[in-house]
Amino acid sequence: MVMAFGVLALLGIVGFYLSTKTVAVLSPRGPIAAQEKHLIIIAVLLMLIVVIPIFVLLGVISWRYRASNTKARYSPDWEHNRAYEAIWWTVPLLLIISLSVLAWQNTHRLDPTRTISSVNKPIRVEAVALRWKWMFIYPDLGVASVNYMQFPTDTPLDFKVTSDGAMNSLWIPQLGGQIYAMAGMSTQLHLLADQPGSYRGVSANISGKGFAGMHFQANATSRYEFDKWLVHAQSAQPLTMTTYAALAQPSQYNSPATYSLQAQGLYDTILEKFTGPGSAMHGMDTEHMEMKQ
Amino acid sequence: MGLLSSAGLLGKLNLQAIPHDPITLGGALSVVGAGGLILLYLLYTKKLGWLYRNWLTTLDHKKIGVMYIIIALAMLTRGMADVMLLRTQQATSVGSSHGILDANHFQQIFSAHGTIMIFFVAMGLMFGLINLILPLHIGARDVAFPFLNSVSFWLFAVGMILINVSLVIGEFSAAGWLSYPPLSELRLSPGVGVDYWLWSLQIAGLGSLLSGVNFLTTILKMRAPGMTLMRMPMFVWSVMGSMMLIVAAFPILTVTLLLLSLDRTVGMHFFTADMGGNPMMYVNLIWSWGHPEVYILILPAFGVFSEVVSTFSRKRLFGYTSMVVAIMAITVLSFVVWLHHFFTMGAGANVNSFFGIMTMVIAIPTGVKLFNWIFTMYRGRIHFTTPMLWFMGFVVLFTIGGMAGVLLAVPPIDFQLHNSLFLVAHFHMMIIGGVVFGYFSGLTYWFPKIFGFKLNERLGAYAFWCWAVGFVLAFTPLYILGLMGATRRLDHYDASLGWRPLFVVAGVGALTVIAGIGFQILQFIVSIIQRKQNLDTTGDPWDGRTLEWSTPSPVPVYNFAVTPVVTSRDAFWESKKLPKLAPIYEDIELPKNSPLGIYIGGFSFIFGFGVIWHIWSIVPVGLLGVIGCIIIRSMDDHTEYVLTAAEVEQMEYRNHKLRGKTV
Repeated sequence: MVMAFGVLALLGIVGFYLSTKTVAVLSPRGPIAAQEKHLIIIAVLLMLIVVIPIFVLLGVISWRYRASNTKARYSPDWEHNRAYEAIWWTVPLLLIISLSVLAWQNTHRLDPTRTISSVNKPIRVEAVALRWKWMFIYPDLGVASVNYMQFPTDTPLDFKVTSDGAMNSLWIPQLGGQIYAMAGMSTQLHLLADQPGSYRGVSANISGKGFAGMHFQANATSRYEFDKWLVHAQSAQPLTMTTYAALAQPSQYNSPATYSLQAQGLYDTILEKFTGPGSAMHGMDTEHMEMKQ
Repeated sequence: MGLLSSAGLLGKLNLQAIPHDPITLGGALSVVGAGGLILLYLLYTKKLGWLYRNWLTTLDHKKIGVMYIIIALAMLTRGMADVMLLRTQQATSVGSSHGILDANHFQQIFSAHGTIMIFFVAMGLMFGLINLILPLHIGARDVAFPFLNSVSFWLFAVGMILINVSLVIGEFSAAGWLSYPPLSELRLSPGVGVDYWLWSLQIAGLGSLLSGVNFLTTILKMRAPGMTLMRMPMFVWSVMGSMMLIVAAFPILTVTLLLLSLDRTVGMHFFTADMGGNPMMYVNLIWSWGHPEVYILILPAFGVFSEVVSTFSRKRLFGYTSMVVAIMAITVLSFVVWLHHFFTMGAGANVNSFFGIMTMVIAIPTGVKLFNWIFTMYRGRIHFTTPMLWFMGFVVLFTIGGMAGVLLAVPPIDFQLHNSLFLVAHFHMMIIGGVVFGYFSGLTYWFPKIFGFKLNERLGAYAFWCWAVGFVLAFTPLYILGLMGATRRLDHYDASLGWRPLFVVAGVGALTVIAGIGFQILQFIVSIIQRKQNLDTTGDPWDGRTLEWSTPSPVPVYNFAVTPVVTSRDAFWESKKLPKLAPIYEDIELPKNSPLGIYIGGFSFIFGFGVIWHIWSIVPVGLLGVIGCIIIRSMDDHTEYVLTAAEVEQMEYRNHKLRGKTV
């Protein structure tokens, strides 16, 4: 009774704590994150089919067959039962088959290279992990930003992601899963926010001493607010090849900044630092070349 | 490039390498201090010669096993000290405060924590237990290659020493326990830290590979007459799976580390991001060793549980054949799942799905094993001794951790949880709840066999409860934090996120685990003081089932006075039902002690230290020294001595008299 009360009180405290915080993965604000959350819940429920019997059997059997209970049946040589074993080979097998089907379908459905269909025209974003900040280039809109993103709701974001140094990982949990940012490689990610809000983005992979400061706000706003930001950004400080070189120098906990983009093809230039002419990366098999594009 | 820029006599080594800030200095002083105190004690009691003759040069698998376990437990305290620093940092470095450590130092500590816990605690406990018990389990007098066993141990010890030297001289890697390039390449990590990591693991890893060969041969060639494969105790099966994995996987580690060393030391470009190198290749290679490594650790723990559950339920192991099939299935499958460690690297959906599904398939044999253990208890007479408590804790924690594992095996779910604290909680649950609990269970179970007295049960139970409760406290918050979007390895976060209470709870959990370790230390001390009350006079304190319990405790140097003949599974249990025959003794050949193992260790240290610091003058000394020792050993034809039948009889007689019985 006391214990039950204790457990309830503990759950209450945890519940209250969580209700005041954002549990990002479980509070999706876009279709990708929502499907991923849905998948987590289904998979947990499916697994309980096997896990609950394990816990119940463990409890019941260890209590009933404790050594002090001499009334319980004791069969020291009983070591095999075909029917029982068939059950616990088959049930987990069926469970894993259903999980596998689920995994296969959703891995394809939620493949980060897949575009999101929408009535709105996608916005292209080129994300570059620098030491130690994120730079976002909007090549079609002529702006760029550091440790900050803004975009309209219900508009697909087509990310190309790379790094100008160590490996990082671009992750905005409330919008969807992450993808690695690697020097000389260009990976893809497609996200969409269906509600306005300010969502936390991070680098999820250690990249050196300033790694903990590589977080940013991804602001999903109305189209009107976004256009206002665009106008503001287009007249902001220019991002040229020279200013980029300064920006690429190591620095930590950078404040958010916006730029008017005046370095055409900056993203490709950064990629080619690692893969450009004279590098043996040229002539690699086509499968890897596909990943680049 | 690296080669030319550091041609000085002392390479890169200078006074700057000695620690300056108080926390590192404290760590360095405690390492030097502990070593110094032990040395002083040995000199004072004039035990140094005794230690050298009886322990350091020994080829006896039991003593080598004990030394492995001592190192592993010492490293466990080092690893836990690291944890407390990490948790203190994460509980204090919020908002405007940046805590007690700078980012680079924090990163060195978690890199050291991971490396030490896997390579020198988990592997140490595993090889320790295997050394102690495996030959006894199969009725053998030693391992197949006793000298190689000593070499393996000393390579392991040198790896451990190197990683601790990094605390005193220089720095450790800050690139995580698997040192992904390009971060671990010279351009982004110019210090010696990554080199310490590389050579510490390279040397210890070679030791592990040699051990793998040794034990696999031992199992295949040294079993007692009549012990067919399907009569082997389950622990032997599990060790066989694990050693097969070592033999197949560790060469990958050796090569991968070597290629990264070449990049860093002589300016090659295997894994650099530019000049045609490919960091993704490294990630693939390191995990095609790294994933089997996880199963290398867990399989023998499964084996321990099989023995423990069956012994303390006083019942045969349920579903022996199923268990064998499950172990072998896990062994094979563990080689086709490595890509699940980097679903987020951008491979196509087909590739990701394949590796995700293969990963989930492993849950089937693992689940079968759980059911078989539970049904071993069914209709048994279960005695809840400390080894059983560890088993019960294991089932609960491992099942929950396993659920988290299957979640992470689904690629789209992994996109959301990868590199988060959810992942950290998952693998700690598998490695502590599975591997460490397994080896603690085995350690308590087999302790009387090696030392002749049981461990204090009450303190053992206290230790277990502290570990179990502390564990839940330490890792439940991490699951939640992961779902809240907290990534691993953060030395700082914003106050507005509200994560702090959870980090504080996790820190309290870590403290509780430390209390558990305290109880374990107390358990050893109290048990040694009270050993007269817990003396194992029968050699069979738990009513055991397997051959090791047929020998007296502590086990004589020759293990078995008469080689046992096996006619069924649970060979000793069955033989207890039969009348005892008068033993017929024979001459026994045993390996002589050899100092060459420790010499090879010493020369490898010189080699490793030289390469790390670019002190090129001593590198050939180390290398030629190792080769020289091997040549000397190969020339030696007198590596064994003989105990005559009469001496054996006398020793057996004394053993029985000690136990208050007459033959």
